[in-house]
Amino acid sequence: MSDELIAVSLLWLFVFIYAMAASIDFGAGFWALMYLYRKENNMTTIANRYLSPSWEVTNVFIVLVVVGMVSFFPGATGTLGTVLLLPFSIGLLLLTVRSAFLVFSHAAEKRYARTLSVISGATGIFLPMLLILVLPITYGDVIGVSGGTEHLLWGALLSSPSTYAYLAFAGLSTLFLSSLLLADYSHVSEDWRAYKVYRKDAIWMAPFAFLAAISVLVTMRGDAPWMYENLSAHKGWILGSGVLYLLGYLALFAPKKAGMPANGRPRLAVVATIFQYLLAATGYGMAHLPYIVYPTVTIESGFTDESTFHALFASYLVGFAILTPGFWLFWRMFMRDKKYLRQK
Amino acid sequence: MDQVLLARSLFGTTMAFHIIFATIGVGLPLMILIVEVLYQLTGDGDYALMAKRWTRGFAVLLGVAIPSGTIAGVQLSLLWPEFMKVVGKVIALPFQIEIFAFLLEALFMSIYVYAADRLSRGMRILSVVLVAFGAVMSAILITNVHAFEGTPTGFKIVNGELVDIHPWEAFFNPSFAVSATHVTVSAYMTGAFVVASMAAYKMLRRGLPQKEYVFHRKALLCGLIVGGIFSALTGLNGHASAQHLYREQPEKLAAAEGLFETTTYAPLTIGGFTDKKTHEVKYGIEIPWALSFLADNRFDTEVKGLNEWPEEDWPPLFIHTLFNAMVGVGMLLLLMSIVGFAWHRLLKRQTFPRWMIWSFFVSGPLSMLGIEFGWIFSCTGRQPWILYRVMRTSEAATHTGNLGTLFLLFTGVYLMLAVVVVVVLRAYFKRHPLGDDLLTEEDGMHV
Ligand code: HDD
Ligand code: HEM
Ligand code: HEM
Repeated sequence: MSDELIAVSLLWLFVFIYAMAASIDFGAGFWALMYLYRKENNMTTIANRYLSPSWEVTNVFIVLVVVGMVSFFPGATGTLGTVLLLPFSIGLLLLTVRSAFLVFSHAAEKRYARTLSVISGATGIFLPMLLILVLPITYGDVIGVSGGTEHLLWGALLSSPSTYAYLAFAGLSTLFLSSLLLADYSHVSEDWRAYKVYRKDAIWMAPFAFLAAISVLVTMRGDAPWMYENLSAHKGWILGSGVLYLLGYLALFAPKKAGMPANGRPRLAVVATIFQYLLAATGYGMAHLPYIVYPTVTIESGFTDESTFHALFASYLVGFAILTPGFWLFWRMFMRDKKYLRQK
Repeated sequence: MDQVLLARSLFGTTMAFHIIFATIGVGLPLMILIVEVLYQLTGDGDYALMAKRWTRGFAVLLGVAIPSGTIAGVQLSLLWPEFMKVVGKVIALPFQIEIFAFLLEALFMSIYVYAADRLSRGMRILSVVLVAFGAVMSAILITNVHAFEGTPTGFKIVNGELVDIHPWEAFFNPSFAVSATHVTVSAYMTGAFVVASMAAYKMLRRGLPQKEYVFHRKALLCGLIVGGIFSALTGLNGHASAQHLYREQPEKLAAAEGLFETTTYAPLTIGGFTDKKTHEVKYGIEIPWALSFLADNRFDTEVKGLNEWPEEDWPPLFIHTLFNAMVGVGMLLLLMSIVGFAWHRLLKRQTFPRWMIWSFFVSGPLSMLGIEFGWIFSCTGRQPWILYRVMRTSEAATHTGNLGTLFLLFTGVYLMLAVVVVVVLRAYFKRHPLGDDLLTEEDGMHV
């Protein structure tokens, strides 16, 4: 593999990790809000128990994506920075309000805690939709040039069918992934009432998220024929992703194991679904190459300096090696420790 | 306002906001670590309680530190795309390594806050150590980029192309060590005075129960001692920073001192306002020969004046005031901590007079002002350059419109967060008064 390809694969991997973690994070906030007013339930507690320790870690990944973009492909920052200024600034404001109010709601008095978590839950659900706009923007058709500088053509963006397909995909995937993960989380916590509710939510959301994904493909045909053609050459990934979708979905209906009070194998469903998205993202990413922004910025034209790339790559290896025990301890403390999960 | 000025205002406002929470984010973990260790050494439950209460406050402050930092990081690429092209090619390493520092802090902060009751004592201390380490590394690494802006090294520009790039040479640029040290010790100093300030605020209440007074006095002394040590270090290292300016960015030093003519035996001017027309500092106090001595330890050192450079390359002249204010804060706080310490330890007084407590109360805000003055001095004093003598700020700014609206929106959100965070913290500590915590402690229900 060339250095450019290694760099873009790493970057795409970070985007994928952030997309998964953030969908779960934002969605959990939304579910915490949804179930806030239902009496006698533990759903909100479960969602918050997941959110409290993990949002900071998730947040680092958005910084990682931005830093990765700038340091691997500085040639792309001119175009992307200019075009994304407005949508990302709005995103930053929402993100700030969401994170801050999420934290505040744990410390505030009961009567304010509700308002704060309503605001943080509501802002959270818009974020994935705003962030995903990067993808239709890189199709290239919605970027205009005047007086030597690029700018975003809002009219074109808002009248493109792709935009709405992506918006639907982002919103529905967020709800699907988070309900699925929370189903698994409450399963591990042996909170069966919450498990049943979240399982039902996941079962409901999955087909819609799937349809939205199909609509992204359909609209791509008209809005980015170059990419659609590339994607046809990588059909295998997309088909594989479809198979995993079915597998994951069926796992939610698997008959209950002896001693378990409810149907479904949520852990299997989570794993299958994550691989479903991973395969789709791989195919999608390959079809996007060599362009970062069509047709002006490619991975070759935007690439950083060789020696900088090598130094960065070395720092990744060392950094993640050092951090691995930290991640492991974090996982053990918050995702597996029965004492934490089953507290009332 | 023109595009560049708007971009500068927006970014400057973001940084001025982030730095408040970021500095506490560096300074407070050290204080928490110190009291955790004091608890292990003395077995005095008050110290464990301090660690617990400060951590609660810290967790809330992180709710602003982290998103505002995220804004800073993303805005850098959005507002200064040309600058980030150079950053991406030459000085990407500190940004990259900083991510690991963030991850370290975020992982262990969650573990320390949400899993404290399931950790052994040793693991708890280790968690705080890693949180404090992650925070200070964040500060040091981002300061690395700031230092690079002042003394860019490790690359060449030939026909507008960046060539001959050495990322590690850029990383270890000449002012990295001295800047990073200054930022670190000034953040520790500020964290300590913030603690002292909060304790003093509580001690101002009349009729405070004896136990609570003693608790706050312990916190106050911790803050004063640590703050005193670090303000001395900040002053010493600040002197080294100034000598660095003399060698690396002479026009910044000249503007900081309001010196127009190149002179040997140059005088140091304290206070006053620099007048651009008459080329003098009005209403200032002059100390003969002192500037030459400060710049290079000899009275006959020649210090370059602003007239050596064309006027369009001058930094704004008001940085003289910012520089004086920063140094003034350092001196005042050093004096204050010496007085406080001597009063309690040498004169063995058990209570402090009210005027003294009042002055301790303002130490935290003053120290934070010192941080703000220092940074604005340093960033604004680099103007008109974003990369000293390599790239002008005006060449780096974005051309996208709407900056005015964004400036208002961001400023509005910062103001709102500043108000809400104060309200939340006050309400929280009102609902969990120290008195209650002290009672549970007596019942043997240790943290
Ligand atoms: C409480 C905060 C505080 C205090 C008391 C001081 N400083 Fe400072 N100073 C900072 C906080 C700070 C800072 C905010 O941390 C800066 C901004 C950029 C940097 O590297 O550190 C800074 C920058 C800074 C610079 C500019 C470096 C540059 O632009 O490259 C100089 C020359 C000094 N300081 C010198 C001093 C001196 C002689 C002090 C004497 C007591 C002093 N500082 C006290
Ligand atoms: C170490 C971290 C920092 C870095 C890397 C950094 C970098 C920058 C950059 C790239 C700019 C825009 C270009 C320019 O105007 O030269 C800038 C401007 C500015 N920064 Fe910093 N900055 C840092 C910390 C701070 C802090 C903590 C403050 C707090 C007050 C601050 C205050 C400002 C202001 C006021 C401006 C606008 C300056 C002007 O144009 O007059 N900076 N900084
Ligand atoms: C000297 C000035 C600065 C200091 C002392 C400082 C320190 C800190 C600290 C302590 C945090 C909290 C870290 C955590 O818990 O994860 C933080 C967050 C952050 N800072 Fe700053 N910072 C400074 C300037 C900057 C600048 C100039 C930028 C942008 C270029 C920046 C970008 C960030 C980001 C992106 C985060 C969020 C990290 C996360 O998601 O966890 N900081 N900073």
